[in-house]
Amino acid sequence: MPRYFELKMNELESRQQQIIDEFGVFTDWMDKYEYLIELGKELEPMPDSEKTEQNLIKGCQSQVWLTASCNGGIVTFRADSDAIITKGIIALLIKVMSGLSPKEIAEADLHFIDAIGLRENLSPTRSNGLASMVRQIKMYALAFASE
Amino acid sequence: MNFDVREIRKDFPILEQTVNNRRLVYFDNAATTQKPRRVIDKIVEVYTQYNANVHRGVHHLSNLATTAMEESRQTVRRFLNAASEREIIFTRGATESINLVANSFSQQFMSEGDEVIVTEMEHHSNLVPWQLLENQHKAKVIKWAFDDRGELNLAELEELITDRTKLLSIVYVSNTLGTINPVEQIIEIAHSHNIPVLVDASQAIQHFAIDVQQLDCDFLVFSGHKIYGPTGVGVLYGKEQWLSQMPPYQGGGEMIETVSFSGTTFNQLPYKFEAGTPNYVGIIALAEALRYVEAIGMDNIVAYESELFTYLAEKIQSISDLRLIGTAEKRASLVSFVTDFAHPFDIGTLLDKMGIAVRTGTHCTEPIMQHFGIPGTVRASIAFYNTTEEIDILHDSLLRAVSMLK
Ligand SMILES: Cc1ncc(COP(=O)(O)O)c(C=O)c1O
Repeated sequence: MPRYFELKMNELESRQQQIIDEFGVFTDWMDKYEYLIELGKELEPMPDSEKTEQNLIKGCQSQVWLTASCNGGIVTFRADSDAIITKGIIALLIKVMSGLSPKEIAEADLHFIDAIGLRENLSPTRSNGLASMVRQIKMYALAFASE
Repeated sequence: MNFDVREIRKDFPILEQTVNNRRLVYFDNAATTQKPRRVIDKIVEVYTQYNANVHRGVHHLSNLATTAMEESRQTVRRFLNAASEREIIFTRGATESINLVANSFSQQFMSEGDEVIVTEMEHHSNLVPWQLLENQHKAKVIKWAFDDRGELNLAELEELITDRTKLLSIVYVSNTLGTINPVEQIIEIAHSHNIPVLVDASQAIQHFAIDVQQLDCDFLVFSGHKIYGPTGVGVLYGKEQWLSQMPPYQGGGEMIETVSFSGTTFNQLPYKFEAGTPNYVGIIALAEALRYVEAIGMDNIVAYESELFTYLAEKIQSISDLRLIGTAEKRASLVSFVTDFAHPFDIGTLLDKMGIAVRTGTHCTEPIMQHFGIPGTVRASIAFYNTTEEIDILHDSLLRAVSMLK
């Protein structure tokens, strides 16, 4: 395995671990949501021109748009949503995935989602939304990997 | 007032639980109501004591079940003050009741180019069945718009009525705006043009007394689960003069008189419209729910709920970051609201974490959302087991949610 790749694997792992640690200090779900809301607010808004039907992720109660670009083997994601909490969730996913290679993203095991209780705490409709977000992120990566 | 909400709450076992470590506060009653012990016990009683298929067996249990089901029809007849039990059809719910009328009424009384007037505030279940007819070129759907407060203008109705208008199908109380529509006047206007009226009473039946003869509606529909009864059972009331002329909706057992390959004749009312084994357990339990409501007393319910509603509307309005959707003069049972900075989903999610059940989204009334240009609303809807303390909890939790999201 090339050294570069190994480092990046650790990068994905350490990012996930960092989020797990951050959530670990919260005792109440309201605190976790407070954090997600902050992330959502901090996420750079997308220009309206990119909020197209094509960039819309299906399967969420609120609208979520996602775009990706690949430069020098590194993928960058941008996202937005009309709901702040949803924006926080996608911001969290981007925090973990942006800046990695297509292959790493496609193969990523996102264990942090379960570790912080995000999946189980979101109602079925919403966690479908979460699944759709992850699927869309990986689809972009797969498309870049095959280019 | 002869009404003690502390005592009433004891009738509803589900209310005594915690959600996310907080006492459950249930404000999603417009979606479905909780069930009193009596109704739950009734279901157990049928299954443990006299479960048997109805109208078929000569044996003891079948007689008991059949009698209980037909007594339930009498209870519904009394509850609505219908003229005859032949006018009470049991269905799966309001949705099926409307689909039944859309199909059977149109077959008998409508042809291509005829029109059905519905309001802009209908639940999808009183819009899509008519659109399906439209797709088959059997009807044209005419929209009766509401104003920005969520009120209908009766003068506009007169303008919409043409000589092709065959039916008006209107919601009594809007499940999104809370508007109480002036159905008595609407029916009067329609009848002056000899046009029958279907009333969707899904959000009315549980909140005030309805007398179908006094109202003079031609059809009226509701779902059992919204009036403290079980899911999977609903009612279609129809004047006999219409029902007797309408062809069956579905074919099967029960609805026939004689069957042969050379021709089949249909059963009399109401059985003509009840194909297959009915949900007799649900029907018997629905009647128990209606008796429960009668025992509390509609007058008591109206008095208590109007106090509760006024308090709810005041409390929501006192939060300057919230904007009410639906400000009609006559409203009941629910408030819908939005903010300028967050999605209804954000508010609903945070309220859920604080133990409060509200509804967020379009509430199956997307044309209302389009009217206001919003993605959805947060809706808090009350039942007579709710309390002013719960409204205070909602108010304080909303303040907290708003301050987090702003
Ligand atoms: C006004 C109105 N009409 C019709 C319905 C449909 O009821 P159901 O889904 O029980 O058939 C509802 C339920 O949400 C409603 O609120």
